[in-house]
Amino acid sequence: MNNVLKWFTRDSFILPIVAIIMGLILGGIVMLIGGYNPIEAYSALFTKVFGDMYNFGEAVREMTPLIMTGLAFAFAARAGLFNIGGEGQFLVGMTAATFVGVKFTGLPIYIHAPLALIAGAVFGGLWAAIAGYLKAARGVNEVISSIMLNWIGLYLANLIVRQFLLLKGENRSVDISDTASISLTWLSELMGNSRVHMGTLIALVMAVLFYIYMWKTKQGYEIRAVGYNPNAAEYAGMHVNRNIVKAMFISGMLAGLGGAFQVLGVFQYQTVMSGSPGTGFDGIAVALIGLNHPFGVLLGALLFGTLTYGSAGMSFAADVPPEIIRIVIGSIIFFIAAQGIVRWVLKPFYSKRKKEKVL
Amino acid sequence: MDLLTIGQIINTTLVFATALIFASLGGIFSEKSGVTNLGLEGFMVFGAFAAGIAAHYAQEAGMGGTTSAWMGILFAVVLGVVVSLIHAVASITFKADQIISGIVINFLAAGSTLYLVKLLFEGSGDSPLVQGFSKFDVPLLKDIPLLGEAFFKNVYPTTYLAILFVFLTYYIMYKTPFGLRLRSVGEHPSAADTVGVKVRRYRYVGVMISGALAAIGGAAITLTTTGTFSHNTVSGQGYIAIAAMIFGKWNPIGAFGAAVFFGFSQAIRNYVQLFEWSQSIPQEIIYMLPYLLTIIVLVAAVGRSSAPSALGEPYDPGKR
Repeated sequence: MNNVLKWFTRDSFILPIVAIIMGLILGGIVMLIGGYNPIEAYSALFTKVFGDMYNFGEAVREMTPLIMTGLAFAFAARAGLFNIGGEGQFLVGMTAATFVGVKFTGLPIYIHAPLALIAGAVFGGLWAAIAGYLKAARGVNEVISSIMLNWIGLYLANLIVRQFLLLKGENRSVDISDTASISLTWLSELMGNSRVHMGTLIALVMAVLFYIYMWKTKQGYEIRAVGYNPNAAEYAGMHVNRNIVKAMFISGMLAGLGGAFQVLGVFQYQTVMSGSPGTGFDGIAVALIGLNHPFGVLLGALLFGTLTYGSAGMSFAADVPPEIIRIVIGSIIFFIAAQGIVRWVLKPFYSKRKKEKVL
Repeated sequence: MDLLTIGQIINTTLVFATALIFASLGGIFSEKSGVTNLGLEGFMVFGAFAAGIAAHYAQEAGMGGTTSAWMGILFAVVLGVVVSLIHAVASITFKADQIISGIVINFLAAGSTLYLVKLLFEGSGDSPLVQGFSKFDVPLLKDIPLLGEAFFKNVYPTTYLAILFVFLTYYIMYKTPFGLRLRSVGEHPSAADTVGVKVRRYRYVGVMISGALAAIGGAAITLTTTGTFSHNTVSGQGYIAIAAMIFGKWNPIGAFGAAVFFGFSQAIRNYVQLFEWSQSIPQEIIYMLPYLLTIIVLVAAVGRSSAPSALGEPYDPGKR
């Protein structure tokens, strides 16, 4: 019991919670300035998400790829790498999954669907590994190479869809075979026929695997060591470069898997896109809210997904522009990043707690 | 391909490069002082927004097209400086992770500009169309073959302003005491502190100039090519500007070259249908080319990065 209490009073728990509350308050102030009623808006937001089973299921569907891109960013960040390329890895994973889903026919479902998922993960991983390799071998800043790879990934995805998978007369691919689908009929029916799918369960498993790998295995220890201090890791006999490529590969795998979920679980086809979907960038926010911890990422995705999905209800019921939610999310990240501000707000409480200890 | 087409391609290249030049110069000011600036995209969005609404209201108030466009630039600078303070306070005063704080700027920009546009213009996601800057010809010089078509015909004042700023930035950065101090707090803040340079103050100034310049870049888009502000006015150009800055090794002249390169890649799309050889190549390959080339050039020529050595590290006087 004491342990539980200790966990709840830890800084890593209190600071994000206070940051979230401060972000919501700030958003409320902005709504007031705009002439809206924040209480009405926020209640409309939460009613949208938690009001009925269908919307809740759709919100969960919305959160799933965010968990994956969030985990992807967090994994690379643990190795001291700034993987801004989640967007491209997501798209490449999506395309690989579509390709396998469309072209490989006649396979039983228990082979086809996993194969499509694995293809998405592996190609997403390879896409990220390019940036990792360039960093390790040539010292190319991974931020710039992954930005470039985002654009290349977007056009590559469009190219593949248009050249090999196009549905005649449409700007999208043909549908994937039923055997590649990861839709779950029973879960979907349970959730008011929303498009929830197996990917959500896989995402939860991935978060747990992330935790075990990073904190319970030797390989994970090496990745964290490289992230903390590459020079010290090198001195201790670890292969820094190999760990950089490995961390990027795993990071990209997670993002690619997220992309595969969208095709195999939600849309069943892939469109030719004029711009990238933004899920990779949103994953950065999710990871930051979750302090780059896998379980934090789950909570981050829950928060991000709830706010984003619910903002539609907010604009419908209370007529508030849904963009306000970006301001709320931005300020939450701001307060989490600038912990000094939160500590300053909490100062009176902290000093009180210290006094109690003295007594 | 005739000279006229080449001239036109160069002309379009410069139009597209203008915004990138401003934003990457802005990035240089911030990063030379030791503050990573991933918020360039956000500053550009704020600038594009400010320019759109300021020019609109100035026009409503009866100002001419060009005057109202300059009002747009002015307002963009003011808003750019104001929002840059968010990045500065978080990353300099509160020692937040500078990358995260930059991302916050991008989030706030995307959200608040659209929120305000909808608030101001009754739910519409676009600002009203403004006249912006008009193209003009430089007398006499415009008649020079090729060069006239490329540099002196159908030009926007913002393009000349951008090129002027390249040299201005170079001069300030390498020929003035201010530039020397700014660079010193980015290279070795504790040494700079020892000789009496106010590290935090210089970093604040670096970030503020950065916000102003990137905002002018965003404003240039609204006031020349689009004429209106919407959610996709900037669409990723801030990230390209970061690439241009790194590509140009944090040197204004280098960043200018990189910005022109990216501008060219955007311009070439408009002309690609003109060449016979390009008809059989899928358009995606042509779109991909500049980004692919960037990576190849980075691998082949640039090699190890030449970033300011204290980049990304908050300055803590107690930790010398």
